[in-house]
Parts: sequence; structure tokens; C-alpha cells
Amino acid sequence: MKALCWHGKRDVRVERVSDPEILNPRDAIIRITSTAICGSDLHLYNGYILGLMEGDILGHEFMGEVVEVGTEVKRIKKGDRVVVPFTISCGQCFFCKEELFSLCDNSNPSAGIAEKALGSSAAGIYGYSHIFGGYAGGQAEYARVPFADVGLLPVPPELTDEQVLFLSDIFPTGYMAAENCNIRQGDTVAVWGCGPVGQFSIQSAWLLGAGRVIAIDRIPERLEMARKHSHAETLNYTEVDNVVEALFELTGGRGPDACIDAVGMESHSTSPMHYVDRAKQAMMMENDRPHVLREVIQSCRKGGTVSIPGVYSGLVDHIPMGIAFNKGLTMRMGQTHMQKYMKRLLDRIQRGEIDPTFIITHRLKLDEASQGYDIFCNKEDECIKVVMTP
Amino acid sequence: METITSQSSLAHSAEGGHGQNINVGSNERMISLLGGGVLALAGLASGRKSGIGLAILGTGLLYRGATGHCSMYQALGINSAEPHASRASLNEGIKVEKSLTIQNKSPEELFQFWRNLENLAQFMEHVESIHKIDDKRSHWVVKGPAGRHVEWDAEIINERENELIAWRTVEDAEVAHAGSVRFEKGPNGQGTVVRVSLLYSPPAGKLGAAIAKLFGEEPHIQVQQDLRRFKMLMESGEIATTKGQPHGNSPIRPFSGREA
Repeated sequence: MKALCWHGKRDVRVERVSDPEILNPRDAIIRITSTAICGSDLHLYNGYILGLMEGDILGHEFMGEVVEVGTEVKRIKKGDRVVVPFTISCGQCFFCKEELFSLCDNSNPSAGIAEKALGSSAAGIYGYSHIFGGYAGGQAEYARVPFADVGLLPVPPELTDEQVLFLSDIFPTGYMAAENCNIRQGDTVAVWGCGPVGQFSIQSAWLLGAGRVIAIDRIPERLEMARKHSHAETLNYTEVDNVVEALFELTGGRGPDACIDAVGMESHSTSPMHYVDRAKQAMMMENDRPHVLREVIQSCRKGGTVSIPGVYSGLVDHIPMGIAFNKGLTMRMGQTHMQKYMKRLLDRIQRGEIDPTFIITHRLKLDEASQGYDIFCNKEDECIKVVMTP
Repeated sequence: METITSQSSLAHSAEGGHGQNINVGSNERMISLLGGGVLALAGLASGRKSGIGLAILGTGLLYRGATGHCSMYQALGINSAEPHASRASLNEGIKVEKSLTIQNKSPEELFQFWRNLENLAQFMEHVESIHKIDDKRSHWVVKGPAGRHVEWDAEIINERENELIAWRTVEDAEVAHAGSVRFEKGPNGQGTVVRVSLLYSPPAGKLGAAIAKLFGEEPHIQVQQDLRRFKMLMESGEIATTKGQPHGNSPIRPFSGREA
């Protein structure tokens, strides 16, 4: 089969590789019909995530048709059309039983490496380096999915691939980010980052009862999408002196009730601190650039909630903990507990409450994946989300 | 190579020394040769100043393997070339203790699984096979460091139903060790806490253990990983793996990722 393989910084190539096989009794094999590039794939593309090896197959947002099932798969059968969650969960451990599926104890074969790198081992993730299990990813023609009964979501034939594909990652991620905000009816929510996760965070905030949503970014087409499709007020951070002050003014001096950092470790800013962060990264003194995190803590109202879906992987400096403590902030974060959200979000799509297709700007063939990564990374051609078909 | 300046080393020298006698057992010498060669090459190939230290260590090991004499052992009063030398006193051994909580199985269920020792080969990564000799005794074949096979007979010396199994190796075991596994009710009465305790002398003594650590085959890690695989098997019914999955074209992979 064809698969998109990582070969180094900014070097991904579509190659011919062997087809996947059933390796464990609870596995299934999927023939992939649609797959997407995630913002977090760019951290791999730009070489920020350790533990990638040459030839690793990338991709964790995919769906398709079940073509083979292992002997212990009971709920899913051959021929089912399914969406695959990007995290792999066994369904039986303490964390899966608590619905903390992204913290599964048993789905990472390289758990020892994860413990060394990140303190604990959490769930395995498709196509996301050996720290997360080294599973072959879904930017390919076929994929093996472990614990098929736990993860796979069957989808009805009347919904197109494009309508349901984002249940694989970014829609539940945005939704969990909004849910983590503890939104009360009428609350004001500010969202940093108008990429796909940011857009779904905005729309989920509305679904969860927000009265006002303010979206922050600098890319014109992303701000435009936030206004036009996600109905947010927008703030271009390159056009104001100080985002924190601008937000205070917008919210009558109080600050937003909840703030979502949908940017994560590769944040960009125009402040001097940005160049300090970049220098530290170059000298391996700091892994992540937490500019948005600092701003979020400074902007949130007293007693408010900070919600972090943006990916962080290492150490950060100069986080204003004093401010966070003084304001009594609640911080909620982490990888999405996919299996908790997928079905109920599918229901919302079926009821017409949200149409996820708004996010797609580029449709490519899998063969063009390398260009897809390039334009997504450089935000060229007004790229916001790339969907590929094998 | 560290310089030994202990009392015993001075005492030995004062006695006139032992000359270049052979005080390293033959298995150990092979390990020294292998490990020394790799380290020396790695040190020289690294192109860094620190590589020189590695190369010196490696060369020392090569000498040790080639001549059967180790000045460090001499200083520590160890002679692994003597008969029964491998059944080293367990006071010199390495101790490993690990515990893990298994969510959905009772102490009774886990005890029964473990008590049938042949089951252990299902999740212990380095165990090739375990054969029951009788109710108490079993024969183990295990993959050791540097691609060797190690075999031993073990006997159960103590057990308390649903609580404890204790065993030790018998006769001239190459890797003398003793161990125990305990099963206790988990927090909130849910599940089971499994505690494994091992005391052992690795092949080729502590130096062998140090070299094995370099290759990533360190006992603490092995026990942790095996326990983790036990947990996966008990809780989810299978051991997570990616062995045999598709992979892109790449030049020679110098290091293959470890499984759980």
C-alpha cells in the first residue's frame, strides 16, 4: 500500500510499504477512505517531537471501511463504515473505566519510554512517534486499529466522509476544550488560535451556552472564518499593543470568564519574549514556546478557567504562576478523551446542530501529501485544513 | 576506568600481589571481550573527547576478556573463575522491587494464574520457555544480554494461597536468584496490587550488569516492563504491540524501539 512516511525535518514522502495485518485478537483493519493533516502533525513535521524514526508512517485523523476483524472483536464487523479516534484505549483499565480514555494504561507498547520522557505513559496515538507507541498512522491506504470495539464509531450512510471525518480528532478536541471551561449560560469565552481546533472550540462554546466568544489570531483568512462560520468577535493581535489590555477593555474591565489556549507549544508572537523563547529553544534550554499560555493566564478573569487543548511536550519558562494563584484560576488540560465524546457529537451532526465541513480549505490526493504539509505549515494559499483521499 | 584505592587493594599489594592470575570466569571473559570491543569502537567512533574515556574503558575490558585477569576484581576480592563462582553469595546481589495495580482481577485470580508457572512465559519478554518438572520445580530458558541463553531450575520455597509465592534457583544456577510475588487487595477494595521482589546475581557479575545496562537490558527495566505486560494481559486481554506493522523505507536502523 501507499503511506506517508517521515524522513526528517520538513521531509515527508509517500512510499510503497507492506499492508497492515491483524497482530492481536482485538484488532481490526481499515481501508481508509479519507484522512486529514492535523496541526499537531506540524510539530512532527518541524522536528519538535522526539522519538520519531525515519520511515514512520504519520497520520491520526482517518476513517474508512472495516475489511478484517480479529477473533475477539464483537461489536464491529467487516463492511462497517467507521471513524477512528486518534487515541487508542483498551476500555478495561482504571482510566478507561473513569472515561479518561486518553490516559489508558494498556495501549502504549513503549510505555517505558513515555514514562522517562513525560513522567507517565498515557494512551497510544496513531502516527505520533515512539513515545506514544510508534503505531503506524492513517495517512495511508490501510491501517490496523487495536481495541476496535472500544474505539471505532460506526457512521450512517447519509453522512459524507467530510461531515464525519473530524470526529476522529479536532471536533471532540475543540468540544472537550469548551466543556473544560465550565461554561455557564451567557459566559464570555476567549479562544487563542483560529486553526481547526480553535474553530471547533468556538463553535462548541456556543453549543455549550456561551453568551459571547472572542477569537484571537493574526492570519486574515482564519479570523474571517472565525467571524463568518463560527460567529465569533475577532481580535488580531498584531493590530493591538497588548492583547491582555484589549481583552479587559472588551469585557468591561473584568476579563473573559474562560480562556482556551488552542495554540500550544509552537506559538508565535511579536513580543521580545518570543525571541528569548526561540533562542532558548535553539540552545535546548526550553522545549516549548508558551507565549499564549502566559497571555491566557494574564487575561482570564479572577476565579475563571483556563482550558488547554494546545499540545505541550516539554518545559516552559516564565509562566506567571503568581498571577494564576492570585486570581484563583482553574486550569484544565490534556489530550482528548475521544470515546467519551464521539457518539454524542455524531448525534449533534445528525441533528444539524453543526456542519464540520466548513473547516476544509484543501482537498488533495494522498500522493500530494508532501505539498499538503508544506502549504498547511506555511499557511499558504489561505490553507486552514487539508483533507486527503488515498 | 575508576581507580580502586580501597583498603583491600592496598592490602593485596602489600602482600606482594597475585601476579597476573586468572580471576575472571570464562563466561564473564566473553562478556568483557564483547562489551569491551563495542565500547572501544563506540568511543573511537564518537569523535568526541568523552569518547576517549569510553574507548579506554572498552580497551580495559578487552584486556580483561583476553587475559582473564581483572585488577578491579582483584581489589574487590572477587574470583569468578573458581568453581561454583557463579553461585555468588546473594549478599552481593542486585535487588529489584516493583509493584503495579491491576484493576479488574482479584488476588485469587492472579495467584492462580501465576501459580501455574508456565503461564509466566506469556508476558515475560525475555523468557523463552518454562517447563514444570513437578509441583514445586520448574526449568527456565531465558534470553540473556549479548544474545546468550541462560537456563536454570527454580523451586517454590514458600506459598500462601492467594497471597504469596516465593521461589529461588537451585543447584548451580547460572543466574542465582530468589524472588517473591505478593497479591493484595487494591485501593477501595478494587483490583489487586502485585508486588514483585527479586534478588539476583547477574551473569558475569556486577560488571556484566553494568554492560547490560548500556545495551538497555537492565533488570529494573525488565521487571517493570514484564509487570506492565502482565497488567496489559490481565486487564485488556492482550499485550499491546506494533511488531510486524508496516513501515517506510529507511537506511539501517541502529536502534529498535523497545516494546513494553
